[in-house]
Amino acid sequence: MKSEALSHIRICDFTGQLAGAGATRWMAAFGAEIIRIEDPVRLGKWDVLRGTSPFADDRRGHEFGGCFNNHNVEKLGVTLNLRTDRGKELLAEIISVSDAVTENFAAGVLERLGFGYDRLKEIKPDILYVSNCGFGHVGPYRKYKTWGPIVQACCGLTFTSGLPDMPSAGWGYSYMDHHGGNFMAMAIMAGLIHRSRTGEGQWIDMSCTDAGATMLGPAALDYTVNGRPLRRDGMPYSNRSQFPAMAPHGIYEADGHDAWLALAARDDRDWQAIAGLMGINDQRFDDLAGRLAYEDELDDAVRAWTSSRDRFKAASELQAVGVPAAGVAKPEDRIDNDPNTEAWGLWPTVTHGEMGRVRVDGIPAHFSETDWVLERGGPLLGQHNRQILGGLLGHSDAELTDLAAEGVI
Amino acid sequence: MTGNDLPGALAGIRVVELAGEASAYAGLMLAGMGAEVIVVEPPDGHHTRGFEPFLDDEPDPERSLWWWHYNASKLGVTMDLGDEDDRNRFRSLVATADVVLESQRPGRLAYLGIDHDTLRADHAELIWVSLTPFGRNGPRSQEESIDLTVLAAGGPVWSCGYDDHAIPPQRGGGNQGYQTGSVFAVLSAQTALLARDSTGRGQFVDVSMHAAANVTTEFGSVQWLVAGDEVQRQTGRHAAIEPTTFTRALSADGIDVNTGFPPRSARDFAVVVEWMESLGLKDQFEEFFFLEMGAQLEEDLHLSQVGQDPEVTAMFGAAREAVRFISENITAYEFFIGAQERGLAVGIIYSPEEVLADPHFQERGFPVEVEHEDLGRSFTYLGAPYIAPKSPYRIRHRAPHLGEHNSIIEALA
Repeated sequence: MKSEALSHIRICDFTGQLAGAGATRWMAAFGAEIIRIEDPVRLGKWDVLRGTSPFADDRRGHEFGGCFNNHNVEKLGVTLNLRTDRGKELLAEIISVSDAVTENFAAGVLERLGFGYDRLKEIKPDILYVSNCGFGHVGPYRKYKTWGPIVQACCGLTFTSGLPDMPSAGWGYSYMDHHGGNFMAMAIMAGLIHRSRTGEGQWIDMSCTDAGATMLGPAALDYTVNGRPLRRDGMPYSNRSQFPAMAPHGIYEADGHDAWLALAARDDRDWQAIAGLMGINDQRFDDLAGRLAYEDELDDAVRAWTSSRDRFKAASELQAVGVPAAGVAKPEDRIDNDPNTEAWGLWPTVTHGEMGRVRVDGIPAHFSETDWVLERGGPLLGQHNRQILGGLLGHSDAELTDLAAEGVI
Repeated sequence: MTGNDLPGALAGIRVVELAGEASAYAGLMLAGMGAEVIVVEPPDGHHTRGFEPFLDDEPDPERSLWWWHYNASKLGVTMDLGDEDDRNRFRSLVATADVVLESQRPGRLAYLGIDHDTLRADHAELIWVSLTPFGRNGPRSQEESIDLTVLAAGGPVWSCGYDDHAIPPQRGGGNQGYQTGSVFAVLSAQTALLARDSTGRGQFVDVSMHAAANVTTEFGSVQWLVAGDEVQRQTGRHAAIEPTTFTRALSADGIDVNTGFPPRSARDFAVVVEWMESLGLKDQFEEFFFLEMGAQLEEDLHLSQVGQDPEVTAMFGAAREAVRFISENITAYEFFIGAQERGLAVGIIYSPEEVLADPHFQERGFPVEVEHEDLGRSFTYLGAPYIAPKSPYRIRHRAPHLGEHNSIIEALA
């Protein structure tokens, strides 16, 4: 069973890592035919995740990368040696029956492989081409190299995480690889919608740093309108609320090893509920102005209550009086012990050709008519050569045998 | 038409958005893509008009920069959904819509008789995107939530913070829990629009911010799913199973940089040698000898040998320290440009306002001027996440005043 949402769409896909592969992952979950092109000579290693940890067991190599499997579920895998003329011809055949070509190589790489936008248009005049790299294909930094943490640093996101007078804590993972992929999916689908309406293709130049920089709007306007920079004394203070102001608003020590509780008072009603539950009786905290003026003392008073309590039980007590609160979830808490993620079906099990059955990230949206389906793991190297080159393009078994012998596929 | 006058990809699509703190970013993006987004707020204004910061720090429903940013390119109408006449107007408005976007508490719209179940009967093509903290039906769907608790419950917070675990883990800034949910709400609307092209039918989409946070934590989830390992937070770098070495340094001008991955190839060692010599830092760096040794390598250093082979360990350590030493002796921007021009991937840790001043973002046309004709001024806004020459994403106009486009609903009556 596949989702019918995007089953009318076929993509010739060069994306890799997460910042690219995440884009076509979404579309694959909704039934698009994603044909992932890989290099047989280098065993698909232009996506380094093919062979890197985490691993499900003791086996290692290009078929065992846990992240590769996670990011490439429901895609098809085709190998083409683009150093050969025959490999280039086969790629052109795939492009000629595709709606879009997608990649997140460094700027200029696909062109050097002989498939720049002009060539793509020759093959298919209405093709949609979406490129995605750290700084985009236009601008003085177009050749600069990035990965998630570099993107996050340069677009302002890293700076916003942390405490005053401390180094930036940053994001402890490649947040912008996820959103690089998500914004790329947005760009692809916008391009497909435009194409279906007008019949017109185009080259969309997606930049992860541009995408990341769109995510800090009010702070940016505070500078461009009011002249107040975020780089100033006392800022950032990321567990406290900036826009709008709230207090208390933070992550507080709870009972147990590295155990934490998040809670906030959105208004005076929330505060009265918190103060009642915690037995805090201090007139300085009666209104927001007072709570902000004495926020350190306020945090101490809250911590005195939270620090001896189990984070989840304390969150339940706060929820019972209508206050937003949550234990800081460790991976096990949210993946194996959260009734909501279980009810959602958030961690589906896929079947991978070598790794077997493996749990992966699900999709955070459910569609009433054409919901996502994640059943098949990431493709083995060349797993779908016969299906695509034979079934779709019509090359015979004998031809495919020759192509394999000649090192083309 | 010049590129800037072209309609966007979603031109001709009408989106009715019930004003909401979490969904505002989704509406902004749909409007940026050219949809006609009509944001519906109560007659006395949505509460987010009371959010800081304000123009010149003067609180006023028309001066909230939060409202300005998140509602740019949208049209604004007012309705009292507690009033049956206005609910009928809302029903009439929805009848003209392609997409409804809302982030109301589960159950509220059903209670008011204006939910998808009630309205879809006459409108099979309608797409309805609901964005809520835990989805509409799960066991936690009635919990009180804000951005902080979504990110705490959903995984991102666990992975962010400092090496010192006596310091609480950190939530990154910018309400990313809401925004991550919004990003998926946009993908959902687009996917449902493409599905409607082929099936002719609309549908209901239930987006969960908690689920969205859960599946955007990279190794935090995958390590556990695949290998049952729990990552641990570290200052300024990926949470990991085993501690990794520093990637942050403080440049001579007091701005943090990300020093990237230490050089491992002969080429990269040679680059660092040349850079140190050109800066006159060679004699101040005691381990310079090991950099020269690295420049003679015949194959790249293998990480597995670090800590095993003394020479490899010395070269690797010297390279890492050399990059840090350079960064501490020049400005952050000189370091960023100097390294990247030499092919070394490093980053400068910009604050949001510094991004807008950077020549690269300016050349890409990222900062854009938005006219506020009512104030006789224009202001610089954040621009597009991608450049689409035939169907540009752009800020089309300033956010609406309260009830500015109520003529839209009057015309329906």
